[in-house]
Amino acid sequence: MPVALILGATSDIAQAIAKQLAKENFNLILAARNIDYLKRIQHDLQVRYSIQVDTVYFDAISFDQHEHFIQQLSVFPELVILCFGYLGNQNAAEKNWEEAYKILSTNYLGAVSILNRIANEMEKRKKGTIVAISSVAGDRGRKSNYLYGSAKAGLTAYLSGLRNRLYSSGINVITVKPGYVATKMTENMSLPQILVASPEQVAKRIWKAIHGRKNTIYVKKLWLWIMFIIKIIPEPIFKRLNM
Amino acid sequence: MRKKVANWGNYPVIESELYHFRTDKELENFLTLPSIIARGNGRCYGDSSLSSYMLSTLHFNKAISFDIEKGIFTCEAGMLLDDILQIIVPKGWFLPVSPGTKYITVGGAIASNIHGKNHHIDGTFCRHVIEIDVLTADGNIYTCSPQQHAELFQATCGGMGLTGIILRAKFKLKKIETSYIDHIQIKARDLYEILDLFEIYQHCTYTMAWIDCLKQGKQFGRSILMMGEPADKDKLKHHLHSSALSTHPTNHVSFPVNMPSFFLNPFTMKAFNNLFYWKNIRKQIHTIVHYDPFFYPLDKILHWNKGYGKKGFIQYQFVLPIESSQKGLIDILKRINQYGTGSFLAVLKLFGNDESFFSFPMKGYTLALDFPVKKGLFTFLDQLDRVVLDYGGRLYLTKDARMQPEIFWKSYPHAQAWHEIMRKYNTGYKFRSMQSDRLEITSPHNQEKYASSTYFGSHI
Repeated sequence: MPVALILGATSDIAQAIAKQLAKENFNLILAARNIDYLKRIQHDLQVRYSIQVDTVYFDAISFDQHEHFIQQLSVFPELVILCFGYLGNQNAAEKNWEEAYKILSTNYLGAVSILNRIANEMEKRKKGTIVAISSVAGDRGRKSNYLYGSAKAGLTAYLSGLRNRLYSSGINVITVKPGYVATKMTENMSLPQILVASPEQVAKRIWKAIHGRKNTIYVKKLWLWIMFIIKIIPEPIFKRLNM
Repeated sequence: MRKKVANWGNYPVIESELYHFRTDKELENFLTLPSIIARGNGRCYGDSSLSSYMLSTLHFNKAISFDIEKGIFTCEAGMLLDDILQIIVPKGWFLPVSPGTKYITVGGAIASNIHGKNHHIDGTFCRHVIEIDVLTADGNIYTCSPQQHAELFQATCGGMGLTGIILRAKFKLKKIETSYIDHIQIKARDLYEILDLFEIYQHCTYTMAWIDCLKQGKQFGRSILMMGEPADKDKLKHHLHSSALSTHPTNHVSFPVNMPSFFLNPFTMKAFNNLFYWKNIRKQIHTIVHYDPFFYPLDKILHWNKGYGKKGFIQYQFVLPIESSQKGLIDILKRINQYGTGSFLAVLKLFGNDESFFSFPMKGYTLALDFPVKKGLFTFLDQLDRVVLDYGGRLYLTKDARMQPEIFWKSYPHAQAWHEIMRKYNTGYKFRSMQSDRLEITSPHNQEKYASSTYFGSHI
């Protein structure tokens, strides 16, 4: 059975993806910081799908551990899904460098550090798929979340470069821009329901994208149009908007 | 964040805080709130899981273990029966007791001590529970069972979440050979016939009846008795043999909008009931059906509750002791008849003996029916409550949204004893709901007020 590695496996989206992959007969390696929570997710998947599930400690911002993390994996996965991210608090981050650094390092540096290593290994094997969850927030910086947005913009640019580099090795890189998803991250926001996807919808969409070797996907089509409009507003107008 | 929340009856609707937790640690933080009530999938009908601070268990929903040999399942309280069925059915196991919907959580099933079509044979859900973990007001997590911390266990079964937050449960499953039901339907021309049929078919594993509450005259109480037995493999048609343990499909139709309330009037309801009764042309129909349409016919239509309009509805479910059942049912059905807007259809069922310490069922008949909320309804239901009480019956807390406290304290025989245990674990009434406040369960002075107020009915 093929093996998938899920980074940031305790997130709601990651859990939905894990179930989707389990249904498609993948064995899984779940990686995250909270080992107790990981173990619960592991047992849940084993009971539900009778697949093999391993758990490994992983911290996105412990860059110096990343090499060791790859080395210790019992099998190298053909599919890697990067789900970790940190929305943080924009206001706090404007005043406090630690919060700003946490947002930038989790969403951007951490992703680059681990994906660099994974990409090298996959390139050697000439085989594999990388899926990473970026964000529509990275499509254009807005005052309400530009620290998170700029980190995700960096991730999106990194992924497009990586896709370009790995194409000749037959490795596919998929950028996912989910839009609003009903997860822990958005639990305390009041959002227009029409724009909110469920984690299960995201997982299904990702599985289709893996299968169809897609490049960049929005989960709800509506987001494609919204971001299109947001991107074409001329800067002299955009800077005056309250968004 | 404040959110508009209602349970399945869409009455009452409140604006309140709804919190979620995913780990034990996150849960601990919520114990500092002034008060809380656990909330599962919101399928109770009234205000049992509504309060100023609600704690959703829906993200605390992991499967823990499944012993395929012995048929023992362990999971966290937020897991839906829907998910459990997907796991256990292909391995030849089924829920020991199942309500009319699979969209409830295990925690909810225990807090309500739910019953199903097999109550007269298998009792309530909690009879099959081996062990539960409950977080109480002092911050301790007790593992309790009929043997260990038995008092807490008994008070938590049917305890409406007032002893604490149910975190995990381990329970026994029922062995099945196929996921199909050997199903017989018999039409009964009136109330007397349906009551006889229930007696005759008491040995059947699953029984319930749809009863037409609006019919007057000669066909008063006409019904369709539904019976079922788990089907053996040799009962299945040959082409089904390879999928003998198939689970339910996951597709649905969704009820799109709230139906305008004028749509529900005596005329449309009577027309619907006629159709329902006459669609069974023959007196008796024998079929083999999948468990999904048999147990969960309404699950096919997501949000069917919107059919009762924006104002919502009350599902009124009572039980009468067997001795006074016939007399009481005639009396009550006549009153509903006069009132006019009973539900489309009501569900009638004969319960068996029940050994639960604090739960709704008792040996006798239970009737459940829906009333759209409108002017005059609550006055009518208050009168009906008195009648139920006079016949020695009681109302199902899980469906209740409006009962007066006095009715509760008089009709639940162990209310006092239960309350004393509950209070030990629910110090300072940390766990409270709109219902428990309304019924004066979680108000300080109820002890004296309702002391030994159990009432055994004047019509028995």
